[in-house]
Amino acid sequence: MTQLVRKAVRWLALACLALAGVVPALAAGPEPILVGANMSMTGQVAAFSQMTWDGIRIAQRMRPTALGRPIQLVLVDNKSDNVEAANATNRLVTKDKVAAMLGPVTSSATLAAAPIAEEARVPLVSPSATSPIVTQGRKYVFRVCFMDPFQGQVAARHAYNNLGARRAAILIDIGQDYAVGLAAFFKREFQRLGGQVVAEAKCGTGDQDFSAQLGAIKASNPDLLYLPNYYTEDALVARQARELGLKAPLLSGDGADAPELLKIGGAAVEGLSFTTHFHKQGAATPLAREFLAGYATEQATGNIKEDLTSFHVLGAEAYLVLADAIERADAADGPKLRQALASTKDFLGVSGRLTIGEDGNAVKSAAILQVKDGKFEYVTTIEP
Amino acid sequence: MDGAQLLQQIINGLTLGSLYALIAIGYTMVYGILRLINFAHGDVLMVGCYLAWFGAVQFGLPWWAALMGSMALTALLGVLIDQGAYRPLRSAPRISALITAIGVSFFLENLGLVVFGGRPKAFERPEIFNQLYQIGDLRVLSHSVWVPIITALVLAGLLWMIYRTRLGMAMRALSRDLVTVQLMGIDTNRVVAVTFALGSALAAAGGIFWAMKYPQINPLMGVLPGLKAFVAAVLGGIGNVVGAVLGGLMLGFGEIMLVALWPELAGYRDALAFVLLIGFLLFRPSGILGQELPS
Repeated sequence: MTQLVRKAVRWLALACLALAGVVPALAAGPEPILVGANMSMTGQVAAFSQMTWDGIRIAQRMRPTALGRPIQLVLVDNKSDNVEAANATNRLVTKDKVAAMLGPVTSSATLAAAPIAEEARVPLVSPSATSPIVTQGRKYVFRVCFMDPFQGQVAARHAYNNLGARRAAILIDIGQDYAVGLAAFFKREFQRLGGQVVAEAKCGTGDQDFSAQLGAIKASNPDLLYLPNYYTEDALVARQARELGLKAPLLSGDGADAPELLKIGGAAVEGLSFTTHFHKQGAATPLAREFLAGYATEQATGNIKEDLTSFHVLGAEAYLVLADAIERADAADGPKLRQALASTKDFLGVSGRLTIGEDGNAVKSAAILQVKDGKFEYVTTIEP
Repeated sequence: MDGAQLLQQIINGLTLGSLYALIAIGYTMVYGILRLINFAHGDVLMVGCYLAWFGAVQFGLPWWAALMGSMALTALLGVLIDQGAYRPLRSAPRISALITAIGVSFFLENLGLVVFGGRPKAFERPEIFNQLYQIGDLRVLSHSVWVPIITALVLAGLLWMIYRTRLGMAMRALSRDLVTVQLMGIDTNRVVAVTFALGSALAAAGGIFWAMKYPQINPLMGVLPGLKAFVAAVLGGIGNVVGAVLGGLMLGFGEIMLVALWPELAGYRDALAFVLLIGFLLFRPSGILGQELPS
């Protein structure tokens, strides 16, 4: 009896396998265009990628095809780890043979992925890697966000002109290329304006205790604390700074733009301001209206529970820019697609008008937001 | 650095150190009795934190009830891990159990990622631990006052149990010679289960107090405190609960002072812990309080 059952199961399994081979062949429409998504769905910066991924999927619903072929996304988790980001790129390029890749979202991970994409001639579009060195000397690496020299400049001017800061202290996560670069650009502009950097302390990614650094910073008596790091560190630093009696206003970068900053930081991040990519009030293009409507639907159905952030928008932007380039290139192959991406001009995207240069960089404005009553409030937009 | 600032840094060091100590106690106790380095300790700690989070946030329990509930459930988890992963290897070479412990650690981390998701959750700090005392320029959080007290109480309780109860006697005997103890008619599996239950409950408690201080939890949060507690346990003499407390205090104090005195070395803070570990293993493998091992 059991033998019979076993035999039956085996035949059933074989039949399934055979069907699995036949059915797609029968249903075959046009061949899909594979696009990799190299995302940090878990780990230290999981929030960025999960928001970016939600944005990408809304954009995919808006533009599901290019050249009459469906665009199929292949998601790989790089665990917020640089080595894993390189592994994920290798996998997408050699195993899945993707036509192009979206992500990674952070600068360090993108720097790890870039040489592999470059070598394989697979265009990489990072939604939000802001460090200038990400695209340097590379032909196949692009981004749809502003760069840190600009972001640092905007932050320094906001600190000096609007917050009246003259003595800034900086706490830098030296494990992140993003934080190290942004701190340097902020410092350069702040000093050029006539301000003084009175303390520069360092920490590592994933650190939880900052009391020693903050003790030293407090002793230097700053009137501003600049935190060019990611949301978890920023929130923990803010809390510990207030506990140690450090009352200086806090200023951060786009790395702070996640709901976790508010949840973990609580009252301590009240009044914190930061430079970032987007705010709803700046959304004026038809694509922006379409995207916001798509986002509202997702919120209404409960698929997305958080408020819109820059990362949702940049994820969608990267996808839409890529889809547009595939159409213009009239091909999903490396060199032609690369050329089309590099000649993206006056694309009316979700975050506004966007032009990508031969160097792979986008030129865009920056928004300044501030935490008020436990929410991100729009302060102003600064043009490049 | 002036006097007040130095004093503040000393307080910061003791705060961090007593948290390491609290976590290291459970770590070292399991080793002392079973001679098993339980690398999953940090991940059990993580599970304990999530259980407390669910209790406090989802079910609205008061913090002490969430703490107790989490400790009880985590103790159960410890017993299950022992039954499933370690018990079949009781007579296998020690290295097999060690590798299994690493496997359990990865399993819990990835299970956590699937079940809880990769994004951090905010952990509440109860009002009693959130008072800020201010003396001149010094700031002390009531949490920093309570943790050393709790660590001392846990230490005293453990010492009493190990040296003054029949169960403790069985544990000490078992740590010497498992087979002989079995021959004497002691149910070793029960004693081991109790040890794991206790160790896991202590991990949960340590983790929850850690999360109250650094109020975010994520599935990989246990890795670093777990490693630091391991270093603390080795510094103090692994297997020795008093040593674990000393080792924890030393490590926390050392880390803070490194950053306070040489700010440019802040990036090497975690390296300090592991340099200390290597140094001790090379020159004094038995730790501060450990006895010389007979060769």
